[in-house]
Amino acid sequence: MNKLTRSLIIILIVSFGLLYLINRLNSAQGYSGDNTLTVYNWGDYIDSDLIDKFEEETGIKVIYQTFDSNEAMMTKIEQGGTSYDIAVPSEYAISKMKEDGLLHELDHAKIPNLQHIDSRFLDLSFDKGNKYSIPYFWGTVGIAYNTKMLPDMKFTSWNDLWSKELENQILLVDGAREVMGMGLNSLHYSLNDTNKDHLVEAKNKLDTLTPNIKAIVGDEIKMLLAQEEAAVGLVWSGDAADIMWENENIDYVVPKEGSNLWFDNMVIPKTAKNIDGAHQFINFMLDPENAAQNADYVGYSTPNSAALDILGEEVSSDERFYPSEELTSRLEVYNNLGKQMLAYYNELFLEFKMHKK
Amino acid sequence: MKKKFKLSNLYLILVFAILYAPIFYLMFYSFNAGGTMHNFDGFTLDWYKEVFADTRLLIIVLNTLVIALLSALISTVLGVFGALAIHEVKRRRTKNTLLSFNNILIVSPDVIIGASFLIMFTIIGIKLGFVSVLLSHIAFSVPIVVIMVLPKLQEMSPTLIDAARDLGASQWNVLTKVILPFITPGIFAGFFMALTYSLDDFAVTFFVTGNGFSTLSVEIYSMARQGISLTINALSTLLFLFTILLVIGYYFITQRSARPQKMGVRE
Amino acid sequence: MKNRAKTLYLIPYSLWIALFVIFPILLVVYYSFIGLDGGFTLENYAKFFTPVYLRMTLSSFWYAFIVTALALLIAYPTAYLLTKTKHKQLWLLLIILPTWINLLLKAYAFIGIFGTYGAANAFLEVLGIGTKQILFTDFSFIFVATYIFIPFMLLPIYNSLEEMNQSYVDAARDLGASKWVTFRRVVLPLTIDGVKSGAQAVFIPALSLFMITRLIAGNRVITLGTAIEQHFLVTQDWGMGATIAVFLIIAMVLIMILTGRRK
Repeated sequence: MNKLTRSLIIILIVSFGLLYLINRLNSAQGYSGDNTLTVYNWGDYIDSDLIDKFEEETGIKVIYQTFDSNEAMMTKIEQGGTSYDIAVPSEYAISKMKEDGLLHELDHAKIPNLQHIDSRFLDLSFDKGNKYSIPYFWGTVGIAYNTKMLPDMKFTSWNDLWSKELENQILLVDGAREVMGMGLNSLHYSLNDTNKDHLVEAKNKLDTLTPNIKAIVGDEIKMLLAQEEAAVGLVWSGDAADIMWENENIDYVVPKEGSNLWFDNMVIPKTAKNIDGAHQFINFMLDPENAAQNADYVGYSTPNSAALDILGEEVSSDERFYPSEELTSRLEVYNNLGKQMLAYYNELFLEFKMHKK
Repeated sequence: MKKKFKLSNLYLILVFAILYAPIFYLMFYSFNAGGTMHNFDGFTLDWYKEVFADTRLLIIVLNTLVIALLSALISTVLGVFGALAIHEVKRRRTKNTLLSFNNILIVSPDVIIGASFLIMFTIIGIKLGFVSVLLSHIAFSVPIVVIMVLPKLQEMSPTLIDAARDLGASQWNVLTKVILPFITPGIFAGFFMALTYSLDDFAVTFFVTGNGFSTLSVEIYSMARQGISLTINALSTLLFLFTILLVIGYYFITQRSARPQKMGVRE
Repeated sequence: MKNRAKTLYLIPYSLWIALFVIFPILLVVYYSFIGLDGGFTLENYAKFFTPVYLRMTLSSFWYAFIVTALALLIAYPTAYLLTKTKHKQLWLLLIILPTWINLLLKAYAFIGIFGTYGAANAFLEVLGIGTKQILFTDFSFIFVATYIFIPFMLLPIYNSLEEMNQSYVDAARDLGASKWVTFRRVVLPLTIDGVKSGAQAVFIPALSLFMITRLIAGNRVITLGTAIEQHFLVTQDWGMGATIAVFLIIAMVLIMILTGRRK
């Protein structure tokens, strides 16, 4: 009993000592003050120097939190236990959040830097008039491949992935829309196809790809491709940029049949407390200098044309990340297919995953 | 006989080697100047410097420790109560029902626990953050403590308690002087298991955390998403060495103080 | 007097059960009847009995069974040998210690170790076997899953071995029983409870593993846990996720009945 009481007291003392320390540290960092702005973004999706700069310019303390999927983010915002002031959902999530009334309407008068955004990326189907969202980065889905491991392979079409030489060499990103989209695109169907026969046909075609597939993974795909664990990967263009940064043997291509065009956008969730600060933040991020610095750091394609000018010819003429008008016309934005259809996509994707070699 | 002894040692060494292999792997690369867990390009201490320079990371480590300690402590108290209650119940049916309920949280997938707790906190109106994480960790640690304590209670012979009672010990005295000392090893085992579960938990915390509160596993998860940063390796190495020191220190202190007692009472 | 103490023990514990066990289960059961459109439906249950989900259930049980068996096979002798060592408490702590390092980090380490250019393949190369694909195979999945669960299997077995009265073993040996007979007739029956709670502590979590099915098995192994996680976190089909969870809970109760009761 003595031993128990003693242990109990020690643990309590240690715990409260630690709690006190945490409090001290938190207040020293300014996290407990009122003038804060909670930014909810994807991991490593901003140059942290910009956060420091923003804090210096405005005196607002930024709390930066990350999420790993649109769904996880929506769950958190819907739950309402946390007040996020800025979030960065993808386009299909925005239409859903709009439907569920999770977004705060933007005051364009407070965002003068909106003028720098390329008009191609404004007024899109998921948010007419940009009432709720401002594009942050955009990109495509395509094939990343290792030119050293596959010196003789040329990728121009999705169907090149079915080549016999690629046995056990392909990594797929773990996303139902992306993988099913690959199957649909390879059959020249639309990414947003809702014809169940077409979908089953695409799934059956994907099943025949199984011998070539090494694994279906999440974000590790970047590390695995950079470390040459596999030669080919189905990836988002942003990830491809990261991988190419790590490993110069990697190249990226958007297949000719077409592919997905995606957007990540800044929004102010309904739960926001510091709405004024949130507008300041959005405007700050749209400033050409800042947007250029951010694009340079993150490596994704920026929708900010003034920023693109600053980045220079070398960046803006790279057709892998800033595709030509001609290719762009064959890219599709994901439509919100509705819950039932999405569930059907997911079910087929699950069946495909369970298809044994 | 001697040869067999060696063989068994070899077996233990092998098991330990496998258990520690990934950890040493992590530690090894924490000194890698190359920045990946892949090619060792040269020795550096940069990652350690980065750990010490990062106050936010320090806060997160402290958060994790506080949550682990407090949740293990409270769940140990609750769990001991639970084990005593289950032990005292004489009807087989009731006992089994209680045990089944107890085990449900142990075996439920983390996602289910996390998701259902999230709904529950929403309904009750608890703000996400320190409190919700602490409550969840307590909740899923309690049954583990019960499981660790219960066998000790069952092993205790009823005559021991009867004897104490015959000698005029009150209920409180029976509990503090007879039962608790007897089950102390079980209580400690339960506490350590609870600590383990809490430190190890990712999924439940991921669901129920918010408002800037973060624990190490959630932070590691978000850091790992962009390819692992060796800062995390350095941090793990430090934490690991720290716990090893703590454990060995704890062990030798208790050994020293336990020895005279043991001579007097147990043997 | 005695009853009062009993209720005193029961109150906090029952509160805990009501709030954190029964209430969440009711929520899960409730959600299992909710369709995608938010209305009451039995559709989720109908879907569970389609070949896709049944095959998934079977294969998860199979993997969980292998993992449990292997964990037992490794943990039992280890626990036994540990009880014979000098500083056994210390060694036990050292066995538990690796579980305090975040699982995700260990998974990343295993990706490194098992990768094409990793330590395991370098070793195979030295042995002259040559580079094999280890990562993203059944082998790597079972290895890592077993690795994770060994401490959880070991602890209850160790406890029951510790509680076992050594004099039974001595008596059996004195009466001329061989080591094997002593083990089978005396040690094993006396420690079977530890084995049972160890198996309980491993089997169902093994059914519901999710993170490492992606990281280590590259989604080549889909367990019930993976499916639940997908439904809750990715596809947002909470109803279907809850339905699978209901079946997991049923499986768990069955297993508890099978491994309990005999006493």
